[in-house]
Amino acid sequence: MEAGMVTPAPALVRFSGIQKTYDGEHLVVKNLDLDIRKGEFITLLGPSGSGKTTTLMMLAGFEVPTHGEIYLAGRPIKNMPPHKRDIGMVFQNYALFPHLTIAENIAFPLSVRKTNKADVQERVGSALRMIKMENLAHRRPGQLSGGQQQRVALARALVFNPQLVLMDEPLGALDKRLREQMQLEIKQLHETMGITVVYVTHDQSEALTMSDRIAVFNDGIVQQIDKPDALYEHPVNSFVAHFIGENNVLAGTVETVDKDYCRVALAGGGTVTARAVNVSGAGASTSLSVRPERIAIVPEGTSSDGPNRLPAKVQNTIYLGDHALAVLDVSGNAEFMVKLQPGAHDSLTHGANVSVTFRPEDCLALDPV
Amino acid sequence: MTEASLTGANASTEVPLKRRLRRAERTRQVKALALVLPLLVFLLFTFAGPIAGMLWRAVDDREVRQVLPQTVAALASWDGKDLPDEETFAALASDILAARTSGTIAIAAKRLNYALNGFRTILTSTARNLKAAPERGTAKETLGKINPAWRERATWTTIRDASGPVTGFYLLAALDLVRNVDGAIVAAPPDQAIYRSLFTRTFIISLSVTALCLILGFPVAYLLATLPPGRSNLLMIFVLLPFWTSLLVRTCAWIVLLQSKGVVNDSLHWLGIIDEPLRLIYNRFGVCVAMTHVLLPFMILPLYSSMKAISPAYMRAAASLGAPPVTAFLRIYLPQTLPGIGAGSLLVFILALGYYITPALVGGAADQMISYFIALYTTETANWGLASALGAVLLLATLLLALVYGKLVQGQQVTGGMKN
Ligand SMILES: Nc1ncnc2c1ncn2[C@@H]1O[C@H](COP(=O)(O)OP(=O)(O)OP(=O)(O)O)[C@@H](O)[C@H]1O
Ligand SMILES: [Mg+2]
Repeated sequence: MEAGMVTPAPALVRFSGIQKTYDGEHLVVKNLDLDIRKGEFITLLGPSGSGKTTTLMMLAGFEVPTHGEIYLAGRPIKNMPPHKRDIGMVFQNYALFPHLTIAENIAFPLSVRKTNKADVQERVGSALRMIKMENLAHRRPGQLSGGQQQRVALARALVFNPQLVLMDEPLGALDKRLREQMQLEIKQLHETMGITVVYVTHDQSEALTMSDRIAVFNDGIVQQIDKPDALYEHPVNSFVAHFIGENNVLAGTVETVDKDYCRVALAGGGTVTARAVNVSGAGASTSLSVRPERIAIVPEGTSSDGPNRLPAKVQNTIYLGDHALAVLDVSGNAEFMVKLQPGAHDSLTHGANVSVTFRPEDCLALDPV
Repeated sequence: MTEASLTGANASTEVPLKRRLRRAERTRQVKALALVLPLLVFLLFTFAGPIAGMLWRAVDDREVRQVLPQTVAALASWDGKDLPDEETFAALASDILAARTSGTIAIAAKRLNYALNGFRTILTSTARNLKAAPERGTAKETLGKINPAWRERATWTTIRDASGPVTGFYLLAALDLVRNVDGAIVAAPPDQAIYRSLFTRTFIISLSVTALCLILGFPVAYLLATLPPGRSNLLMIFVLLPFWTSLLVRTCAWIVLLQSKGVVNDSLHWLGIIDEPLRLIYNRFGVCVAMTHVLLPFMILPLYSSMKAISPAYMRAAASLGAPPVTAFLRIYLPQTLPGIGAGSLLVFILALGYYITPALVGGAADQMISYFIALYTTETANWGLASALGAVLLLATLLLALVYGKLVQGQQVTGGMKN
C-alpha cells in the first residue's frame, strides 16, 4: 500500500479516523483513514453495501461522520454545510432539475454564486461546447437520452471550477458501449482540467481504466489503496485478489516459511511454493491465489523444472474470441481457470489428464477465505 | 446523429408517418374512452343533464305567454312608444278573464312582479274587479279605471319584456342590470343591486380560504412527503380524519369552540388575555376558520402528491452546486411544487365558491355567499329563474378559472419524463 505514496503531494482531502453508523448498532464505515491528493483521480471500489456512497456523502456534507474528522485543504469540514464546501457532485441518477433547461441547469451553480450575466453565458457556452451539446441547450432534461443527461450533469458539476468533484456511479445507468466511451471522456476531462476526482463504482474494470489510485472497500473497511497495476499484482489479501480481476483459489496449510516464500501443502494434495504475502507462519491455513493468465498447461508426463506442478483434469473449454479459457479440476478446485491463446483450446479433450504449472512469484499465499 | 437521420426519413415519408401516428393514437383513445364510458354515462344523467336544465331555466320565460297568450301576441306589433292600442287592452281583458277561470293568474303575477314591484297587485286587483269582457272599444277605459297603472307605458313594457320564450332578464338581474322602459340595459336601482357585491364577497371569502389553506397546508404536505413512512402515515391519518366526520358535525364543533362562551374565549379569559369575550363566530372570521378546516385536505393532498414526486436528490444537487437552503428551496423545490399548488388552490377555491352550509351556520348576515341565495331562491321563493341565473354566472366564472389554470399548466407540461 505504501507503493502509491512515494511521491508525497499535499493532501487535498484527509479522512482521519472516520466512523459512521446509521442505526447506532453497526458501523457502516469502520475507521477510515484516507488521503486524497490534489489533481488525483481516486476511485472507491467495493461491493454493494460496503460504504462507498456513505463515504462520499460524508465528504459532500450530506451525512455527518459519527466519529473522526474530514479535512478539506487542511481545514476541518465536519460542521461546514454542503453548499459552502465547493465540491461538485455528479449523482447516479444525474439529478438534473426537471423544470430548468439544459443551459439553465448548467448556469445554476454560477447564478447562485452571483456571477455576472455575461460571464455566466460565456462559461455555459463553453461547457456546452465541451460536452458537444450546444444545439440542445434549450431542451429540458426529460427530453434527453441517458448519456446526454450524464454529460449535462458532468458539465454542471464542473462549470464552477470546484476544487473537488465527486461522482457516485455516474455511469451505472448506461449501456456498456456508452459507458466505455464516457469513461474515456471523463478521464480526458480530468487530465485536461487538472481537477481532483473522487469516483465511486462497483465495476472493477471501470476502476482500473480510469483511476490513478483505487481504494478497495469491503464491509466498511478500506482493504487496500493503491495504483491499479499494484492492486492487481500485489493484492494484500484474498478479498482484493478476488475482487480485482480473475483469480484461482487453492486452499492449503503453510509448511515452512523462508523469507518471502513459503511451502504450502494443498488440501487437495500436492505441495507448491508461493510468495508469502499474508500468512502468519508455519502451520497456518492459507488461501493461494493464481491468475489465470499466469498458468501454463503441459501434457501429462512431460518433465518440467518448476517447483509448482499439479495434476489436472480438463472439465471444459470456453472460446471467447480474443482468448480461450480452460476449466480444470485442480486439487479439489473444479473451477480452476487457465487463460489460453485462441485455438489452443482445440487440443484439449474433455476428461483428459494434464498438468498445470506456474511460477512461485505468481502464486500468492494470502489469508484463508 | 440519430436526430439527423430521423428528420431525413421524415421528409420523404411525412404524410404516411403522420397518418400512421394518428391511427395508432386513435386506437389508444378509443380504448381510453371505453374505460371511462360508464362514468361518462353516469355523469351525463346526474351532472351534465341537471346543469343543462339549470342553464335553460336561467333563460326560460314562458309563464306570461302561457297565461296571457292574446296579450303577448298583440304586443308583438307594438312599437313601444305610446300606450298600446285598444285591441291589446281587449286582448288583456279577455286573457285575464280566461286566466281567472283557470286560476292561473298568480303564475303570471309572480313572474311580472319580479320585473316590476307591485305588478302582482295590479294584476290581481284587475282580475278581481273585471266583471265581464268590456264593451267593444271601451277596454282601454275600463282597465284604466280599474287600475291606473294600465295607463302607464312601463306596465306594458314589463309584459312585453316578459313575453318570452327566452329572456335575458334573470341573467341581467344576476349582474345587477335591468332593461329600462326603452329597452336599454342599465344598472339596477341601488336597493336591488346586491348580486355583484355578493359575487365579490363570495370570491373574497373563497380567496382568503384558499390562501389560508395554502399557508397552513404547504408545511404539512412537506412534512408528509419527507417524514419516514411510519410517521408520515400517522400524520396522513390526521389529515384525512376530517373526511370521516360529517361536515355538519365539524361545523357545529366550531360553533362550540368559537362562541362567546366557547372553549377558546373561556381559555383566553382564564389566561387573562381578554376581559370581554371576542366575537369569533357569526362573522367573517368564523366563516374563514371553519371553511379552511373543512377544505384543508383538498389542498394538502395535491401538494403532497406533487412533493412526493420530487426526489431528495434535487435538493442535494442544489446544495452541492452551492445553493444555500433558502435559494435551493425557492429555485428548485418550489417551482416543482407549482402544479400541486395550482391544483390544490383551484380545487379549494372552486369548492369554496359553492359553500353553503358552513357560512350559513357560522356566518353572519354579511357573510352569506352566493349559494345561500341560490338556495334561498330555489327553496323559499321558488324563483327558479334567478337561482339558475346566479348558478350560471358562478359556473361561468369557475369554468373561466379552470381554463386559465389549464393554460398555465400546459406551459409546464414539458417538464415531464423525469428520470429520477
Ligand atoms: N440512510 C441510511 N440509513 C440507514 N442505513 C443506511 C443508509 N444509507 C446506507 N445505509 C446502509 O449503509 C450501508 C452502506 O451503504 P452505502 O450506500 O454506503 O453502500 P455502497 O457501498 O454505496 O453500495 P452500492 O454499491 O450498492 O451503492 C448499507 O448496509 C446500507 O444499508
Ligand atoms: Mg452507493
